[in-house]
Amino acid sequence: MTFEIFTFSFMHRAIISGIAIAILCSVVGLFLVLRRYSLFGDAIAHSSFGGIALGLMAGIYPLWTAYGVSIISALIMTRIKDRFNISGDASIAVLLSSGIAVGLVIIGLSGGFTLDIFSFLFGSILLVSVNDTILILSLTGIILIVILLLYRQLLYSTFNEEQAKVSGVSVEKINYLIVFMAGITVVTSIQLVGVLLISALFVIPNVTAIMYGKGFKQTVIISMSFSIFSVVAGILVSYIFDITPAGTIVLFAIGIFACTMGIKSAGLLSRHN
Amino acid sequence: MLKVVEIDHLTIEYPDVKAIDDVSFTVNQGDFLGIIGPNGAGKSTLFASMLNLNTKYKGTIKFFGTDIRKSKNYLKEIGYVPQKPIFEKNFPATVNDVVKMGLQKESDENKIDEILQQLWIHELSERRIGELSGGQQQRVFIAKALVNNPKVLILDEPVTGIDQQSIDLFYSILKELNSKQNITIIWSSHDLDAVNKLANHVACLNRTLFFHGESDDFFENDELVKQYSEASMQEHMHHH
Repeated sequence: MTFEIFTFSFMHRAIISGIAIAILCSVVGLFLVLRRYSLFGDAIAHSSFGGIALGLMAGIYPLWTAYGVSIISALIMTRIKDRFNISGDASIAVLLSSGIAVGLVIIGLSGGFTLDIFSFLFGSILLVSVNDTILILSLTGIILIVILLLYRQLLYSTFNEEQAKVSGVSVEKINYLIVFMAGITVVTSIQLVGVLLISALFVIPNVTAIMYGKGFKQTVIISMSFSIFSVVAGILVSYIFDITPAGTIVLFAIGIFACTMGIKSAGLLSRHN
Repeated sequence: MLKVVEIDHLTIEYPDVKAIDDVSFTVNQGDFLGIIGPNGAGKSTLFASMLNLNTKYKGTIKFFGTDIRKSKNYLKEIGYVPQKPIFEKNFPATVNDVVKMGLQKESDENKIDEILQQLWIHELSERRIGELSGGQQQRVFIAKALVNNPKVLILDEPVTGIDQQSIDLFYSILKELNSKQNITIIWSSHDLDAVNKLANHVACLNRTLFFHGESDDFFENDELVKQYSEASMQEHMHHH
């Protein structure tokens, strides 16, 4: 059975999509973590729950409505945060709870929880279709190209907004771009780990990698490696032992984080860590 | 003489106080201007407007003859070193990464090595920014400010919280940039002795412009220095 799983085409799709999502979450998540916006992914995911419920009720493919609702609500929330000077954590709390509230009301109106809703809440990577895989790979490619093209501006405005502004970086536009990319990344990742565990992929591999990497690029590569390992190991182990993939993936990421803390406590990581 | 900065009747008002009140002065190419003034005198507020970080002001600010409200291109010619650069302590960026952020054209990467050597931080290029001392970090931020060959360097009390040895090195670097590379320097400081030694022009700011002119005219006029010191002392007492 152990080797047999590599012959299934659903497993190929799951692993390919999973690796793409792992890469995407690491890169976009690192910008969020360094901006002290770790839970923003969680907030977008919860607002996408409202979008999923809307799609299911209206008979539209739920991920499309999730993309629309979560990106629009994240951009509006960012605008409100800037305009009315609300703190980052408070704006996250507003976005998070309003998404769930809208979702629950719509679900209530349309007859209660269904199996579909649960697959979005907890992920269903083994069920991704060929079309889903193509969509995931395309969005990953587009976002990575945008990040490569705007690398300096993204890094600089994350490092110090004021200095970036003085150097002529359009910081406000870059901030909205990051929110937009986070919205796409979150909804794309829902199929892998579900609404409830998305922030784990944004945050855990990155906080672990920050303890190892010296420079930014090195940190991104380390984070991607941890994330890819967690996703692939999580998918395979969960299939072999017939347990939930989302939970297993996140537990692998937490395992690497815990080992890193152990190594650090034993004084085996260099001074900067 | 080419006029680099022309500030004309600049007034910046907050709801309860005028932070800058009708200030006008000019900075010429090659000037080394020391802006002195007590805490709360409006030095950082003045810089924020000059750097287009604050656009709510009355009056005009021109760089190289152009009103900064009309074009932001002047920012490419400016290197800015803040009072204390704020960044996440664990930010995974090396010295090289930080200096590169200031670089506007990728093709100029050789310039990074050159500047790191000039500022004696070449050996630190692969170290993380957060693990350096305050003085070393300040030199990294000067390197970042210099990497685009700016015509003007603006420094906001750049030696706050730095050891004396690093301060001395820092001052000798500024002197060299001004005298050998003809970079115009606009520098705010609390340190009257340092301003006396380095700057060739002085602007004395305490919301209004108290004095602006040649450095010698200020420091050789005991009455002016006394007035300034008394004003500073009053402000100091007021703050405590």
